[in-house]
Order: sequence, then C-alpha cells, then structure tokens
Amino acid sequence: MNQEKDRHTDREKNKYYYWKGIKVGMPICLGYFAVSFALGIAARNAGMTPGQAGLTSMLVNASAGQYAGFLVIAGDAGYLEMIVMELVANARYLLMSCALSQKLGPETGLLHRLLVGFDLTDEIFGVAVSVPEKLNPYYNYGMMTVAIPGWALGTLFGVIMGNVLPERVVRALSVALYGMFIAIIVPPARKNKVIGGLILIAMGLSFLFSILPVLSGLSSGVRTIILTVLISGGAAVLFPVEEEKENGA
Amino acid sequence: MGHNIYVYIFLMFAVTYCIRALPLTLIRKEIKNKTVRSFLHYVPYVTLAVMTFPAILWETASVWSALAALAVSIWLAWRGKSLLVIAVVSCLVVFGLELFLC
Repeated sequence: MNQEKDRHTDREKNKYYYWKGIKVGMPICLGYFAVSFALGIAARNAGMTPGQAGLTSMLVNASAGQYAGFLVIAGDAGYLEMIVMELVANARYLLMSCALSQKLGPETGLLHRLLVGFDLTDEIFGVAVSVPEKLNPYYNYGMMTVAIPGWALGTLFGVIMGNVLPERVVRALSVALYGMFIAIIVPPARKNKVIGGLILIAMGLSFLFSILPVLSGLSSGVRTIILTVLISGGAAVLFPVEEEKENGA
Repeated sequence: MGHNIYVYIFLMFAVTYCIRALPLTLIRKEIKNKTVRSFLHYVPYVTLAVMTFPAILWETASVWSALAALAVSIWLAWRGKSLLVIAVVSCLVVFGLELFLC
C-alpha cells in the first residue's frame, strides 16, 4: 500500500537526519564540555555537589540561565527571584522558539515539538535554522544525543576537578565563562552599532550599580534583572529592530 | 534561610523549558509587535554584558589579570575567533599573569 511505503521512506529519512545530527553535534559536544566545565566551577562556588550540578545541566541546558541561577543559589535568594531571573536570562529562547516553530512542518506533532524544545540552545538553534528545507526533528535529536551528555558531564567534572585542582588554576578557569559571554556578544556588536553601544552602557551601569550605595546592596541577580529590562526596554522603544536584521544571537 | 536546592533546580528547569517549548507548541504564527520583538532581540546582549562586567573583576586574584583577560577576549572576539578559543585563551592570560602578579 502507498501509505505503507510512505511510512517506510519516512523512517529512512528520520534515520538519515538522526545520524547527520550526531555528526554535526560532535564539535558542539566538545565545545559544551569545555564551557560547562567552567560552569561547574561556578556551581561549586555556589555550594552545589557534582550530582546536583550535573542534574541541573542535564535538565536546563543553558549557559547564561544556569550561571544566573547559580548566582541566585549562591545568594540564597528567594524562589520568585529565581523565576524572574530565569525568565530574563533565557528570554532570547522565546525568540528562537518562535523562529523554529516556523521551520518545523505544520504536520509535526506535539510530542516532537515538546522534545525539540527541551534542548533549544544557541548552537543547536543555529544549526537547525540553517537547513534549507523544512526541519526534521530527528536532526535535533541527533545533536541532542551528543550535546546533552557533553554539557552535563562537563559540568559534573567541573565541580569535581574544581575541588581537586589548585586554587590558582580554578580561578583562571572561572574566567572561561566570561570569555564565552564575550564571544557571544562582541561579533554582533561589531556589525551593529546599537548593540555595541548597548553593551557599553550595560557594562557601565552594571559597574555603577555595583558601587553606588543602596543599589549595591541589592543581590547581583536583582541588579541584572533591573538593568536588562531597563536597557533592553529603552532600546526597543528608541531603536526598534527592522525585520531583516532579525537573525542575530 | 533554608531554601531547598532541588526546588531551585526544578524552577530553573521549569521556567527555561516553558520559554523554549511554549512558543514551539502554541504560537505557530510570528510575533508581530515590533517593540516586543526588538526587546527580545536586545535582551541577550544586555544580560550577558551586565553579568560579565564588573563580575569578572572579582573572579580572579588580581583585578589586573581579569582586565587583561577581558581585553584579550574582546580583541579575539572582534577578530572573529571561536567561542572555544576565546574561552581557553582568557584562562591562559589569567593563569600566566598571576604567576607574576601574585
């Protein structure tokens, strides 16, 4: 029967995309391992055990979101602050998720959409949106198969090694995460003056907030939320983004 | 105060997952509002900038090694080096300088 044949070729196609995803996912996995190692050190500084940090990475898969979350944990701040913090730190995924929803075929079922959403990271998004045809979810599953363990194990080893390595080495490694943040924000700033200006303003105000009386008494999580909403909100009103520039992050 | 670490972890997971999965499952049309789109567009850069500076300064033993690492990573990123290279080099800068500074 025709339907039988369709199902057969579908399975072939899924298999093809799954293996292709694994192949593309390997460099992502390696990069994740190195970066999440630094994240593990941040988790260790927040007082988390290797198991707790690894579990967090397996479930959350977000560098900035987890780092922000570890700040909240380190400060023993409230649950509400954690919720708002995660909303702000991960707000960009809302945009990516919208973009990716256009990329999946309309026949893609709910379960597939829920699974793809589980590991929607900057890197996987970048690869997934760049396929010329409609996105086959198995492509994402292939990438996830290697990327998630890389991320979780890197974090786990980061906490463990953070306890074993000399303090001098741990301090040097903890800078890696900031290096990664810089690597994400500087290239778009080079192309777009508005983003460049916003980054300078953000860093300047963040510095002021950390030394001024009263404001410096706020936890770093709350300061991050206030500054992000104020600066991004102001920029959205003053410099609305034109359609064709939408492919950032 | 006794906050439960697993509640923290669950909240991180739940909030992050909802942000990622809800638009994928619910919104099948694009967001039209220009201001909302622009806000979402700027948020990642501003958040990361705020979290990077001045926090990086307190992360190392000397403010100077942190500043040097910051400058070098900005320079490398400007020249289009990969995330991994920048992360590794910034560590090496701190480690190398602190052999002399501290």
